[in-house]
Amino acid sequence: MFGFSVRIERCQPASTTLSIVIILSAMTIGLFSAAALFVFKGFSPLTIVSKILTGAFGSRFAWMETIAKAVPLGLVGIGLAVAFRGKFWNIGAEGQILLGAVAASGIALFAAPHLPDKAVLPMMLTAGFAAGAIWGVIPALLRTRFGVNEVVSTLMMNYVAAELVQYLVYGPWKGASQMGFPYSDEFVSSAVLPTFYGTRVAWPMLVIVIVAAFVTWFLITCTRWGFETRVIGENPEAARYAGISHARVTIILMIISGGLAGLAGVGEVSCIHQHLTTSAAISSGYGNTGIIVAMLGRLHPIGVLPAAIFLGGLLVGGDVLQTSFGMPFASVNLFTAVILLLLITGDVFLDHRFRIRRDCPASSTAVIAPSDSTCGGKMRN
Amino acid sequence: MNRHVFDSLEMTGIRKSFPGVIANDDISFSIHSGEVVGLLGENGAGKSTLMNILYGLIQPDEGEIRLNQSPVNFASPRDARRHGIGMVHQHFMLIPTHTVAENIALSLDDAPFFDPVSVINDRLDVCSRAYGIHVDPKAFVWQLSAGERQRIEIVKALLGNARLLLLDEPTSVMTPDEINEFIGVLRAMTAAGIGIVFITHKLEEILSVASRITVLRKGRLAGTVRPASKDTNRSGDTAVHDGKNMETSSGHDEVDKAALARLMVGRELEQIIPGKSPPEDDILFEVENLTVMDDRGRTAVKNVGFTIRRGEILGVAGVSGNGQRELIESLAGMRSPESGTARLADRVLPLDAGARAIFESGVAHIPEERMRFGTVANMSIQENIILKAGHRAPFSRRGIISFSAAANRTTEIVNEYRVAATSIVAPMKNLSGGNIQKVIVGRELADHPALVLAAHPTYGVDIGAAEGIRSHLRECRDAGGAVFLVSEELEELFELADRIAVMESGRIVGIVDPRTSSFGEVGMMMAGAHIPGRAISSGDKP
Repeated sequence: MFGFSVRIERCQPASTTLSIVIILSAMTIGLFSAAALFVFKGFSPLTIVSKILTGAFGSRFAWMETIAKAVPLGLVGIGLAVAFRGKFWNIGAEGQILLGAVAASGIALFAAPHLPDKAVLPMMLTAGFAAGAIWGVIPALLRTRFGVNEVVSTLMMNYVAAELVQYLVYGPWKGASQMGFPYSDEFVSSAVLPTFYGTRVAWPMLVIVIVAAFVTWFLITCTRWGFETRVIGENPEAARYAGISHARVTIILMIISGGLAGLAGVGEVSCIHQHLTTSAAISSGYGNTGIIVAMLGRLHPIGVLPAAIFLGGLLVGGDVLQTSFGMPFASVNLFTAVILLLLITGDVFLDHRFRIRRDCPASSTAVIAPSDSTCGGKMRN
Repeated sequence: MNRHVFDSLEMTGIRKSFPGVIANDDISFSIHSGEVVGLLGENGAGKSTLMNILYGLIQPDEGEIRLNQSPVNFASPRDARRHGIGMVHQHFMLIPTHTVAENIALSLDDAPFFDPVSVINDRLDVCSRAYGIHVDPKAFVWQLSAGERQRIEIVKALLGNARLLLLDEPTSVMTPDEINEFIGVLRAMTAAGIGIVFITHKLEEILSVASRITVLRKGRLAGTVRPASKDTNRSGDTAVHDGKNMETSSGHDEVDKAALARLMVGRELEQIIPGKSPPEDDILFEVENLTVMDDRGRTAVKNVGFTIRRGEILGVAGVSGNGQRELIESLAGMRSPESGTARLADRVLPLDAGARAIFESGVAHIPEERMRFGTVANMSIQENIILKAGHRAPFSRRGIISFSAAANRTTEIVNEYRVAATSIVAPMKNLSGGNIQKVIVGRELADHPALVLAAHPTYGVDIGAAEGIRSHLRECRDAGGAVFLVSEELEELFELADRIAVMESGRIVGIVDPRTSSFGEVGMMMAGAHIPGRAISSGDKP
């Protein structure tokens, strides 16, 4: 009778500041609570976290490795942020990355010798964008024409894309010079992206991801298509009332979302691998990690950039854990999963407040968290 | 406390605020065994908040609830139910694909795990003998009318040993015949000592059933009164009020309909019917043989045809759920009709081509549920202003939105309609219901549409805003437009419309001239020819 009870009530959305605080807390708490599990392996969580952080951001080399991973994560994350803003649950970035990689490899392997050197890379980027976009538009058409749930269709198309890559690297595109490994032949030099000296960061890709973030931001905020995307995302019934064409908006949205993922695939084969390799090696799970990047960036194209660097750092730090402590690489997934869960949970704080009260007649009420009724949106516009 | 005994319940000094609004401010309320207490107020007056507090759905910021003289604190609806309080929501919490017995079993805490339906039948018998409520336990809920579903909700509460029933606008879904039967059930329940709180905004109804009426206005207590013709020796007089609102505690004023309305809205309702300019002769809008399905694929609108002349308002009366919604949605391009045509100024409207094509043909649509359809809550006011016309100049050019054009239009509308907003880029959801409706009406009428489809345009809007919206509809008419007005308020239809079409079971059963008709006649038509007697809201023409 005299215990405490906690009630959760809705309140007005809190400020952008609180939104950022929640993101940072989710990241910090996530890092440490996942690290705490390593106590069972005999390591202190502090050691683990500091190892990850120095591994990811402790030197110029570490930074460059982090950015090399942040570039594809950023491209995928921007695309997914756009799709999720329009309530199109694109789980198929993995497949879209692979299709981009296949198209770029096709150009590099078969067309490059016949093209002027300067045209090869632009052709690869264009083809990669187009292939990713096509792979993304198929589920959009299935959904708008036949009502097929896009979560299922995009997810399934990942497997189709992965098998296509496997077929190519074990079959027709298998390189004669690769001594039986499932790789295509090495790309000619005109098909390899230039990098910052001594790193794996392709500067054209870095430029592309930053430009993509700003262009997408502009598209979402200032264009008719972006406006209609936001209406559909916020209130599909109002979109129907206003006569907004769901099909048209969704198809454009998936051209952008799939296309950006396709570009990430081009970057991977053209800079990191320099040949077409197995599906798992190309995408390295970027398509799925990109979902976390998009959420962490609050579905804002600019917000995605720091989120991509953070998760890129986590991947690099995970490599260090593997080499220093002999941990399986999968332990990185532990970190990303815990952070995503915390982040989603933390969203409750944005538009709810928690009231703790004693269960007795003369109840005293304490209010925790946002009492200010500022309305900052969710850092979206 | 013995859950089977209910003597009295008092709420004193209840206060509850939500962000930006005080929903209940120092409200006191009481009810005794065997009493029907009306809780009256306009939409947004705080009725639902007060009842949700009583039912444990939300917690008050301040105030006290005493049940049988002892303080109680309901942490949850389950808690409230354990104390013998039952609630029947406006929107039924039933599972349509299950039978009545299964739905009832689901709600009982003491139903056995295996074959829960077995315990139901005996209890239903007891219930129907005691109160005269008859339900068929084997029927599937989807087969039942709204009135019958309401009955199941009441049975659910009674079988859960409720001794104090909260009924949220129970008659809004009933036909007049069902209402009469329902009032009989109410009397049987009160005779058995059950207390009933009857939430409504319909004056006649509450005057006929309640022994006392508590009126809320803008979150405050406007007064507790007694219907004029009632026996004054009911138990309500013995109410003990220890709160601050002493003005209402002793010797409740007796009121008639006009006084009650004054109490509810805070001023005398205008009884003046403004002069109507006679419509011109030529037909502007013509609908022929329109048949429309509802969401479940049943025919909701059956072969409907009508005309509206230039400069005419055609009102549509009817109990909600008789096809009005489907009719207006199909004319607005949101619901493809099965068959039929609509012509606006000799051009065939593309009813299958979506809402944008209809909008481009010069049709405005003020939708039924403004939060669900009419606006995007998280987007700014100016973005909501360009919701319908954002795809074309001046609001977008070559695919780029012109925020300056949007801001200009928004400022015009905000000024003309006196929308109370802090900024035109503030999110829509910060506005009150009346201001949201002003934004919608302003947006829809801004481009001087030839045809205005208006569904319940003043529903839940405060009286000042409602009057403004009505005068804007009149302006459309006077400018030579056609207005198609669906409303549940007969007063509104009689005041505004040049002709009133009555819909029943998907058909237009008749079109009357409000100058020669009466509420009574329209009420009879709304009830359908096969139901004798008058609608409960019937009365003389104002």
